[in-house]
Amino acid sequence: MSNNRYTLIRNGSAPARFSEIPVTGYDEFFDVVTATLVDERYHCLNYCCYRTVEGLRFICSIADDGSGEIRLLSHVKKDDGTPLRSLTSACFAMHIFEREIHEKHGVAFDGHPWLKPVRYPHDRADRLSVPDNYPFYEMDSEELHEVGVGPIHAGVIEPGHFRFICNGERVLHLEIQLGYQHRGVENLFTAAGDGLRRSLLAEDIAGDSAVAHGLAHAQLTESLAGFEPPASLQAERCIALELERIAMHIGDTAALCGDVAYQLGQVACEALRTLVINTTQYWCGNRFGKGLIRPGGSNFPLTEEIAGEILRVLEEVDRRFGNVTDCVYTLPSVLGRFEDIGTVTRKQAASIGAVGMAARTCGVPRDIRATHPFQYFRQMEINPVMQETGDVLARGMLRTLEVKESVKIIRRLIDSWRSGAKETGRPQYDLKFSSDKLAVSVTEGWRGEICHIAATDTMGTLAMYKIKDPSMHNWMALALAVRSQEISDFPVCNKSFNLSYCGNDL
Amino acid sequence: MLKEIKILADHGRQYVPDLRKQSVSARFRGMPVISADIEAVKAGRAAAICPAGAIDSSSGAIDLGRCAFCNECALAFPEVYRFTNDYRIAATRREDLVIKPGQSNQLRIDEASVRKEVRRLFRKSLKLRQVSAGGDNSCEIELGAAGNVNFDMGRYGIEFVASPRHADGIVITGPVTENMARALEICYDATPAPKVIILVGTDAISGGLFAGSPAVKRDFIENHHIDLYVPGNPAHPLTFINGVMDLTGRKQ
Repeated sequence: MSNNRYTLIRNGSAPARFSEIPVTGYDEFFDVVTATLVDERYHCLNYCCYRTVEGLRFICSIADDGSGEIRLLSHVKKDDGTPLRSLTSACFAMHIFEREIHEKHGVAFDGHPWLKPVRYPHDRADRLSVPDNYPFYEMDSEELHEVGVGPIHAGVIEPGHFRFICNGERVLHLEIQLGYQHRGVENLFTAAGDGLRRSLLAEDIAGDSAVAHGLAHAQLTESLAGFEPPASLQAERCIALELERIAMHIGDTAALCGDVAYQLGQVACEALRTLVINTTQYWCGNRFGKGLIRPGGSNFPLTEEIAGEILRVLEEVDRRFGNVTDCVYTLPSVLGRFEDIGTVTRKQAASIGAVGMAARTCGVPRDIRATHPFQYFRQMEINPVMQETGDVLARGMLRTLEVKESVKIIRRLIDSWRSGAKETGRPQYDLKFSSDKLAVSVTEGWRGEICHIAATDTMGTLAMYKIKDPSMHNWMALALAVRSQEISDFPVCNKSFNLSYCGNDL
Repeated sequence: MLKEIKILADHGRQYVPDLRKQSVSARFRGMPVISADIEAVKAGRAAAICPAGAIDSSSGAIDLGRCAFCNECALAFPEVYRFTNDYRIAATRREDLVIKPGQSNQLRIDEASVRKEVRRLFRKSLKLRQVSAGGDNSCEIELGAAGNVNFDMGRYGIEFVASPRHADGIVITGPVTENMARALEICYDATPAPKVIILVGTDAISGGLFAGSPAVKRDFIENHHIDLYVPGNPAHPLTFINGVMDLTGRKQ
C-alpha cells in the first residue's frame, strides 16, 4: 500500500516495489519523519543511502509499533556536496544514521551536533580520517584527568577504545571509539555469488548472535523471492533463536557475577550455559548455532529426539538457574554493586532510540517479537519482559526473567511443532529474487532488534544490502550510563550491556 | 547459606576429567575424511559449492585453514566427504591443515617443527594475551570458555593474562582488520621474547570469508612465524587446549 509520502510493508512479508516508493523533496521528507518520530509509537529501523546514477538515494524505514507496519520513505540528493538539514536536531535517535551516512558518503548535515565517525569503513569518504588521528573530546582543566582503555582490553573480548574524562574517581564523560572490527561485511553481501555464502556471512556478522542475524538474512532472502516458509520451519527457527537468547543471558549473568567477584554465581552460570550451547551443538553440530539457519529450509530439521533433549535440558536449566538467580539477586554484596549503578533514565533511552534489552530495562517497550512478529511469533502472543529502573540490576534481572520466559516460549513452540505437519525441506541457496524490490527483515536477537534491508535492481540482482545491529543504537546508552559513576564501576556497566563491537563495525 | 549449598549440590562435579579423551556430540564437525577414490568431476563440483574456497578443484582436498565447517560438501557428496567429531585438528605447519583424499591418520602436530625454546620454557606454564582483530566474538567466547569451570585449562598452567608484558605469546582471532593492524603490532612488540603466535579460527588462519576484503590487512600474519594453527568456526575449546598442550609438550 502507498500514499504519496510513504509505502507500507510488514516485517519479512511481501516486499515493496522499489520504483513505487514515493520519492519526496527533502523538506517534505524532513517534516514527515520528524512529525512521526516525536510519537513514541514509532521508531526508526534504519536510514541509509546508496549511490545510483541519479545521485544518492536515501531510504528510511520507520516502524509503527502500534500497527506492526513499516513505513518506507525516500528522497534523492545530487552528490554535489550541498548539506542537508540534520534530522538529529529534531530527533536525536537519528544521530547514528546521519553519522554513518556522513562517514561513508561525505554528506554534510547542517545542525548535527557531532558527526563523529562510526566505524572507519574502508570505503569511507575521507580516507585521511583514521582511528589514530581522531580528536577526542577534551576538557581544558587542571583538575581533570583522562583515562584511555583499549582497543585491546584486559579480558578476552573484542577491541574498542574507551576514553574517560574523570574528576578523581568520578567519570564526567565517556567517549567510545569503535571501528577496529570493520571487515567490510556489507560489500561482501552484494558481491557474494549465492545464498550459501551470504548465509555464512550473516552468521559471522556477530557470532554471538549467529541465529538472530542468520534468521534476519534468511527471512529477507525469502521475502525477496516470495517464499513462505512452512510452519514447522518457522517454529524451529524461533526455538533456535530463543535457545541463543537463553545461552547468552546465562553467560552474561555469569560474567556479571564474575565482575563483582561472586564466584559461586559465576561458575554455576558458566556450567548452565554449557548445557544450553551443547544442546544447540547436539542439534546442529555447532555450539553457536552456525549452520542451523538457512534460506528456504534447514540442513538440521528438528526431530522428536532433539525436541525431547531440548525440553529435558531446559527443565533442568530453568530449575537450577532459578536457584542461582534467587541467590544472586538477594545477596547484599551483589546488590550493592548492581543497584543504582549505571542508570539510564527512561527519557534518555527513548531519546537515543535504545532498542531491545537496553530499552526494556528503562521501561521503553521495544520488542520486535511483540510489535512486528516474524516467523512463528506471528501466531503467538509475546509479552515483553520489562524493568523500570534502568540500572545494572535491571539489566541483570531482565536476563533472569527473559530466560524463564524463553523457556516457556520454547515449550509452546515445541507443542505447536509437534501437533503440526513436518514440512521443513532442504535449504535453497538459489532462490530467485524478484526484480525492483525492497524488503525489510527484522528479528529480535538477545540484544535487541536486528534489521537487514536489501533492494534488487531491474535484473533481480542485489543492488544494496544494509545491516543494523542493535548495538549501533545502544553504545550511546553505555556512554550515558557511566556518567557520574565511579570509574571502577565501568566494567560491570559494560558487561551489563554486553554490546557487539563487530556488529557495530560490520 | 542453605541456598548456596543447594546450588553446589546441583552444580556437582563440572570439570572435564580428561581433556584429551572427552567426546563431543556426533554432529560436531571436526576432522574430515575424504574418500580416496574421489572422481575429478566431483572434486570440481564440491569446490564450486564450497562457500569458503576451501576445496581444491582438482584433488578435492579440504584446507581446514579455510573451511567454514558448514558441512555442505558432505551433504552434496556424502559418499566422498564426511566430517568426524574428532576435535584434535590443530597443527604447527600450515600445509598440515590440507586434508587429502584417503588421508586416514589423525591430525597430530609435527614435532620437528616446534621451536626448542617453546618446549623448554612453556611446558608447565604458558601465559597468553588474546588479541581479537576482526573476530566475530564466537572464537573469543570459546577461548573464554577454555578457562571456565568445565574445561579449566588453568590446571595445565595455560591462562590468558591482561597484559602482553606478562605473556609468553599472543593468540589472534579474526581476519586482522586494517583498523586493528597497528594495535596488533604494538601488542606483539610489547610481549617479551621468546614468544609464540597462535592463530585461532578460520578467519585468523586464512581470512576466512573475509579473505580479500579491502578492509582486511594481513601483513602481520604473513611476516611472522606462526607456532600453532587452531581451525574451527569457531574453534572448540577442546581443539584449542589440546593443540596448545601438544605444542608445549605437556602430557597431562
